[in-house]
Amino acid sequence: MNQAQKEQYLREYSILKSQGKPFFPYAVAKDSIMAMIVILVIIFLALMFGAEIAPKADPTTTTYVPRPDWYYFFLFEVLRVMKNVPKFTPMATIGVPTICMILLFLLPFYDRSPERRIERRPIALAAGITTIAAMAFLTYSGANTGSPNSVDLQPPSSLSASQAQMFRAGELVVGESGCLACHVIGDNGNNGPGPVLTHIGSKLPSQAIASTLRNPTPPMPSFRNLAAQSPQKFQQLVGFLSELQ
Amino acid sequence: MPRPKRPGEAQDVGAFPPAEAGITVVDWIDERTSLSPGIRWMLFRKVPKGINWAYTLGSATLFAFLAQAVTGVFLAMYYRPDAAGGAYESIRYITDDAFLGQFVRGMHKWGASVMIILIFLHMARVFFYGAYKYPRELTWIIGVVLLILTLVMGFTGYLLPFDQRAYWATIVGVNINGTGPFVGPFLSDFLRAGPEFGATTLSRFYAIHMLLVPGAIGALIGAHLYLVSKLGITAPPWLKAEPEPELLEHSEV
Ligand code: HEC
Ligand code: HEM
Repeated sequence: MNQAQKEQYLREYSILKSQGKPFFPYAVAKDSIMAMIVILVIIFLALMFGAEIAPKADPTTTTYVPRPDWYYFFLFEVLRVMKNVPKFTPMATIGVPTICMILLFLLPFYDRSPERRIERRPIALAAGITTIAAMAFLTYSGANTGSPNSVDLQPPSSLSASQAQMFRAGELVVGESGCLACHVIGDNGNNGPGPVLTHIGSKLPSQAIASTLRNPTPPMPSFRNLAAQSPQKFQQLVGFLSELQ
Repeated sequence: MPRPKRPGEAQDVGAFPPAEAGITVVDWIDERTSLSPGIRWMLFRKVPKGINWAYTLGSATLFAFLAQAVTGVFLAMYYRPDAAGGAYESIRYITDDAFLGQFVRGMHKWGASVMIILIFLHMARVFFYGAYKYPRELTWIIGVVLLILTLVMGFTGYLLPFDQRAYWATIVGVNINGTGPFVGPFLSDFLRAGPEFGATTLSRFYAIHMLLVPGAIGALIGAHLYLVSKLGITAPPWLKAEPEPELLEHSEV
């Protein structure tokens, strides 16, 4: 907007404003009705759905697939999609949201046209609708897929059907156990503080893997409890890792 | 002997009749603070004609924030940020034993979702009405900071029950921060209070969640609303300004 357009806007606005009503009580009345609706909705949700509590946090138990609150689903979905390209994971996790935030911050500076009616701002309309659709889609698919902690590797074709089944089960245990917080497996997980496990099966025999899980070097947590409490899961975990050739 | 006139006193109120005690208190405060012109300015400013329900979304967000503050204070009366088990135990106590505890926790939990929905709707209204354009750019920028801070509230609050869901989701979240370029590792060390996810992590999240960020949100809402009152609320973009007929006559002379 140039100076003339700014002055034009301020002039028109002051006319519209002078023809308006005082904030109190007219706008305040509407705002109060809206506030009542908001509090009733919150009370209704609290009464209907309450607040549950999951089992106590235990860094060593391994039976939890973490999920964020729904308004972070889109971020987890971005992460899940982008992590197939490990080099770009930092781009996805921090880069994409940061770029979106910067675009949001600077909106008034690159959208400088004086036009305010949305039907005459085709680019803004398209961008707005695209953003809303993308967020809705990402939230929806984030809600319907596993957590970004899960591994999705294909079982090697050399495996028999029952071995492949164990491979899948082991993947799930890895996801539940939070291994990916510290290890990379295939395209998934954080690089560090633990070493990459993509080919761990060719480096360590399965006994060594099992004993590492029982008696790891800190900071890796011990999975001794898992071995004691659900030997089958532990078995699947070790079996899966030793198939990572 | 007649009382000497005080500064700001319009007329002689006499010997404080009880019916005017309230007024007198207001006057007493106003004499010292001169607040009333500001309040009058805030309340009796005009809003342009054509204001519709979409314009209530901002104040609805504000109201949801206030509801969070109130329920949060009640939760803080029972909550202990103790990673060794006290945190989980205090949440369990609130949920199962405290009078109306689960209700208040439910309001705080669902209130968070409601506030996030409202803030996005408010932002959509501002976007589609072009209300971020001159002269309201700064209002928009403060709004974006408020949006980020509101999301930070959601993230830090999620850990506090210290149950399995909270713990593992937050580990993932902090590690996501850690993958970021340059500041990433520092950010996750700051959040964890060290390289490890430990006992101080929880109290750090608690301090961020109930002191640092709400304080910042409160202050920024103040600035946001000051700008909204100072600049005036936008008229709906489809309204055309038609000068009053008598103004037209004058201008043609
Ligand atoms: C808190 C982070 C953390 C978590 C969670 C974690 N690890 Fe580790 N892990 C490490 C670190 C660090 C090392 C390296 C220890 C050392 O220096 O010997 C390691 C080492 C290992 C090794 C030995 C690798 C080698 O090359 O010698 C295996 C196998 C392993 N982890 C498997 C797992 C599995 C399976 C899980 C999940 C059930 C898991 N880890 C969870 C941090 C972690
Ligand atoms: C805690 C969060 C927020 C609160 C409490 C809040 C509150 C308000 C209120 C009460 C108004 C008055 C008009 C209306 O209600 O529509 C307003 C206007 C405005 N808000 Fe917000 N807001 C918040 C977040 C945001 C965000 C996230 C943005 C955008 C990024 C934003 C941008 C604006 C702008 C540009 C206006 C001026 C609109 C106009 O004059 O028509 N606000 N805000």
